[in-house]
Amino acid sequence: MPPARDTASPPPAPPPRPGRTRQAAAFALIAAVCGLSATAFAYTGGWLSPDRLTPARIVDALSDRGGDPIGHRRNHSKGICFLGTFEASGAGTALSTASVLARGSYPVVGRFAIATGDPMAADASGRVRSLAVRIVAPDGQEWRSGMNNSPVFVVATPRAFYEQTVASEVDPATGHPDPKALAHFFATHPESAPFLAWAKTAPWTTSFADQQYNSLNAFRFIDASGASHPVRWSLVPTAAPQVEPVAALAAKGPDFLEQDLKARLARGPLTWHLVATLAAPGDPTDDATKAWPADRPTVDLGTLEVTTAQDEATGACRDINYDPTILPTGIAPSDDPLLAARSAVYANSFDRRTAELARHATAAGSAR
Amino acid sequence: MTPTRFSPLQRGLHWLMAAAIIAMLFIGVGMVTTVQPRYLALIAVHKPLGIAILLLALLRIGVRLRRGAPPLPADLPPIQRFGAHASHLVLYGLMVAMPLIGWAMLSAGGYPVVLGGVLRLPPIAPHDDALQAVLRTAHTWLAYALFLTVIAHLGAALMHALIRRDGVFQTMAPWSRANRA
Ligand code: HEM
Ligand code: HEM
Ligand code: HEM
Repeated sequence: MPPARDTASPPPAPPPRPGRTRQAAAFALIAAVCGLSATAFAYTGGWLSPDRLTPARIVDALSDRGGDPIGHRRNHSKGICFLGTFEASGAGTALSTASVLARGSYPVVGRFAIATGDPMAADASGRVRSLAVRIVAPDGQEWRSGMNNSPVFVVATPRAFYEQTVASEVDPATGHPDPKALAHFFATHPESAPFLAWAKTAPWTTSFADQQYNSLNAFRFIDASGASHPVRWSLVPTAAPQVEPVAALAAKGPDFLEQDLKARLARGPLTWHLVATLAAPGDPTDDATKAWPADRPTVDLGTLEVTTAQDEATGACRDINYDPTILPTGIAPSDDPLLAARSAVYANSFDRRTAELARHATAAGSAR
Repeated sequence: MTPTRFSPLQRGLHWLMAAAIIAMLFIGVGMVTTVQPRYLALIAVHKPLGIAILLLALLRIGVRLRRGAPPLPADLPPIQRFGAHASHLVLYGLMVAMPLIGWAMLSAGGYPVVLGGVLRLPPIAPHDDALQAVLRTAHTWLAYALFLTVIAHLGAALMHALIRRDGVFQTMAPWSRANRA
């Protein structure tokens, strides 16, 4: 900042106004500067690049997979809220400074769901089941995580996720997705093979309670010395699996998972161990389609106890965005490209459903 | 005694905040239209920089109320005079409102307001769907309004500098005329 005598010097005599040509040139320059700024802004905001893969495009595609998702999550649209606690063992403190890993008991608001775009989908149509948690430490730091029961994710990149979603869109002419489109997607995406193998062979069970839910994406635990440990985590059930053929499950009706959950919780809480798996050097942290070898060391971080189920429409989980990048200090995202995409896309999905619910409430004069 | 130029502190704040606010507008529209890893980096800058703008804006308004501003040229047509004052009010209003709305909409969305590391802000609004929806929409449209006002302001400043040459630009110029000569 150059020294300036602000009030001492007399106002400078204005120089003569420019002539006509100079003035026209100045106008052109000003118009160009303003126009270029506006163009740069429009470019940055994607208005000039309709092909850019944006959160809005992904959410549009997710919204078109059948059913009426207005006012609901655009993926994992059918779910049920729960309340519980996370009983941290303290064993995680060697790996991460996260306050939720210090020995203690922390409240949880969570959600079970099936990975569908239709909030009324039949439970037997949900090959992928999920569990999301928000664990809050006494200092207010939060750990949010959405986990699936598959051992790997179906795709490695946001682009492939989008293509798969588009291939699953319902064709308005038939009311069903085009089977050829999905077949084509999988034929051209060999990275999906491990997921498909699981989807085909893994036994179906009667319950949310007997499933293992996996973070799939890698994260980093940061310890007190600042060292970073690549990890994935899983909720490992204590309930024994009750396997049944999918046809038998379908016969139980569209909401058998919810009924089973409520019946089990009426008898007592359900528990899972939250287990962190440590990567060895060279294990992929940026590719959720690749499992890590089974012999990797694990740490039992504590126990999730689910005590109460709540219908989603009035439950505590409804208005929570389980963005997996909402993490306490001591836990950080990895280089997995899905994580940033999930954060951006979940925010868009969340913004839509809160706006839709608000409109709905105004229209109906009641909160849903 | 009316000043003929904005004070060095006022000019320093003006240009620092001009850079910060323009950066925020571009970061904002850029981050909500990408699913690339840079999304996380951009949002991690957006929140603390936005709160920094809020603090600077409060300081700036305080300085402005105490120190005042140099008068506009006497020959400036009343309509332009009105436009200048109105647009400055809009700019001051939005540089306070935008960060407050950002903070409030995260609160209403039930998000922790994390500025980085352990630096967190308390919620300033209840966790509420309808409120989050209104604030989130306002954050977008007021950002567009802010951008348009900045462009108009930029155009007007250049008009003063290049066409009217009436010394208005000098009142805010980061350099001083004496040094330049
Ligand atoms: C780029 C990849 C992905 C995209 C675009 C995507 C998209 C979405 C969207 C839009 C939602 C609804 C969010 C809301 O409205 O709150 C959702 C929910 C969910 N996603 Fe993803 N997802 C992706 C990858 C994954 C992965 C890798 C997992 C792995 C575990 C996962 C697990 C979940 C779970 C558990 C939920 C439900 C959370 C809840 O119950 O609220 N997603 N996803
Ligand atoms: C001068 C201050 C600010 C400006 C100019 C600004 C500008 C913007 C813009 C242009 C957008 C994109 C809106 C859209 O296209 O939908 C945006 C989004 C957003 N801003 Fe700000 N913002 C400011 C302050 C803040 C603050 C202080 C916070 C929070 C503490 C904040 C949080 C957000 C969030 C969470 C989003 C949406 C991200 C998403 O949906 O993915 N902003 N902002
Ligand atoms: C985000 C960007 C900007 C903001 C928020 C902003 C804000 C403001 C405000 C509020 C004032 C009024 C000062 C007062 O009377 O209290 C002002 C004055 C001024 N600004 Fe900016 N400004 C921005 C960018 C620019 C740019 C890019 C230029 C020039 C190319 C510029 C040139 C000026 C000039 C010359 C004045 C003095 C006007 C006068 O004497 O009334 N500003 N600015």
